[in-house]
Amino acid sequence: MPPAVAIEGLHKSFGKLDVLRGIDLEVSESEAVCLIGASGSGKSTLLRCINLVEPINAGRIVIHGEDITAPNVDQNRIRRRIGIVFQAFNLFPHMNVLENVTLAPRKALRMRRSDANSRANELLGRFGLADKRDEFPDRLSGGQQQRVAIVRALAMEPDIMLLDEVTSALDPELVGEVLGVVRDLAAGGMTMLIATHEMAFAREIADRVCFLDQGLILEQGPPERIFREPTEPRTQEFLRRIIEAGRM
Amino acid sequence: MTALASTAIVFTLIGLAVVNSSGWPAVRQAFLNGALFRASFADVARAFELNVKMFLVAEVLILAFALGVAVLRSLPGPVFFPIRAIAIVYTDIFRGLPTVLVVYVLALGVPGLQLTGVPKSAVFWAVIGLVLVYSAYVAEVYRAGIESVHPSQESAARSLGLSRLQTLRYVILPQAVRRVVPPLLNDFIGLQKDTALVAFAGPVEAFRQAQIGEAANFNFTPYMCAAVLFLALTIPLTRTTDWLIARDRRRRALGVL
Repeated sequence: MPPAVAIEGLHKSFGKLDVLRGIDLEVSESEAVCLIGASGSGKSTLLRCINLVEPINAGRIVIHGEDITAPNVDQNRIRRRIGIVFQAFNLFPHMNVLENVTLAPRKALRMRRSDANSRANELLGRFGLADKRDEFPDRLSGGQQQRVAIVRALAMEPDIMLLDEVTSALDPELVGEVLGVVRDLAAGGMTMLIATHEMAFAREIADRVCFLDQGLILEQGPPERIFREPTEPRTQEFLRRIIEAGRM
Repeated sequence: MTALASTAIVFTLIGLAVVNSSGWPAVRQAFLNGALFRASFADVARAFELNVKMFLVAEVLILAFALGVAVLRSLPGPVFFPIRAIAIVYTDIFRGLPTVLVVYVLALGVPGLQLTGVPKSAVFWAVIGLVLVYSAYVAEVYRAGIESVHPSQESAARSLGLSRLQTLRYVILPQAVRRVVPPLLNDFIGLQKDTALVAFAGPVEAFRQAQIGEAANFNFTPYMCAAVLFLALTIPLTRTTDWLIARDRRRRALGVL
């Protein structure tokens, strides 16, 4: 069986700034891979490239054996299979929670409203949001908004979930509820790529941790090894600074 | 209370100055003849119906046409450059021309071409003229609204697999239109008044009817009838617009929008 995600020689630049300088990465089915590294190391850009939000400059991204970066690929069809959750939630402010969650299933998958609603209700119930379905996003806490954003992505029943620093915009006391959802997904066997600054969390749920530095994966391995005995000096320095900042 | 008192004093002083001026009796006779006002009001009001009709029809057409122009102008990428260019040329031309000139040329010129299958009514072409001019402004208002929606909204919608068109329709435009309602209403206040420009092309609307009344009586009072009717139409919309703007500002201050 081909890997869920196979990235080969991925390059991405914004003008003269090379953000990704040759990323090679494979993710197996049901694997949770955490991407760690300093701001600007390319974690978010990598996720945005996989979701085709950003066009790439060179390399290939293959999802379940299909090259999604080939020309003439139907990008909308690919995006429906890959869920992404953003740091800033990006809920649609003019729609209530239920409408946020059912919009894409109804319009992109052409599901009947009743089917989309029942799928949404089931997901909202599963993540403790059943009583929020008629609320508008501005009436929800950050943690609730982010959980709705995760449910919105899950409602498309994606093969893969990409989480882009989903707790970075949250007050500390709200981080736990969102991480709880991610933990659930990992336990349920969801294939995930998770960019995060939450080292303790990465250590707990990741099957593998990748350390990104200046647009390259400098070091990767099981979390225990990466966090306990990193071999690269830059990984060591990054982790030392994290520990000094009290974040692990 | 103080505001009320000072307002009363200011207006009393201005009123006294006007009423005591040497030309006042003549002006009052020429503009504020009560008997003539009552006599002409019905005629002018009947003609004003045409203003209201033109306004309502033009408004609907403008809302739709300008939205089309704004959407075309927002299309991204080099492929759509010709379409964007056409939209830009259109808005530049029709924002740059005096409304009265467009109305005049269209309402008198096009029927004169004697084209088969093309309406010859001056009212029809006058309304088209108003639509062309006002749509150029309203398209810019819409475009400002579209650009005010944060790009992350588009990313979020596209990442869920919605097409570009679906994203525009369900995510971008609903937010954009909501934000531009007050400036849109502002443009429509202008449109309500500018229906009077149609008079230059011949159709008998309120201003033209007032002119007819003036010519028949050698007295300007019929214009006052038209003025009262226009105010009765525009002031409620002006107040509504200001109220909406104030409400938006309050909401923004609360961080809701």
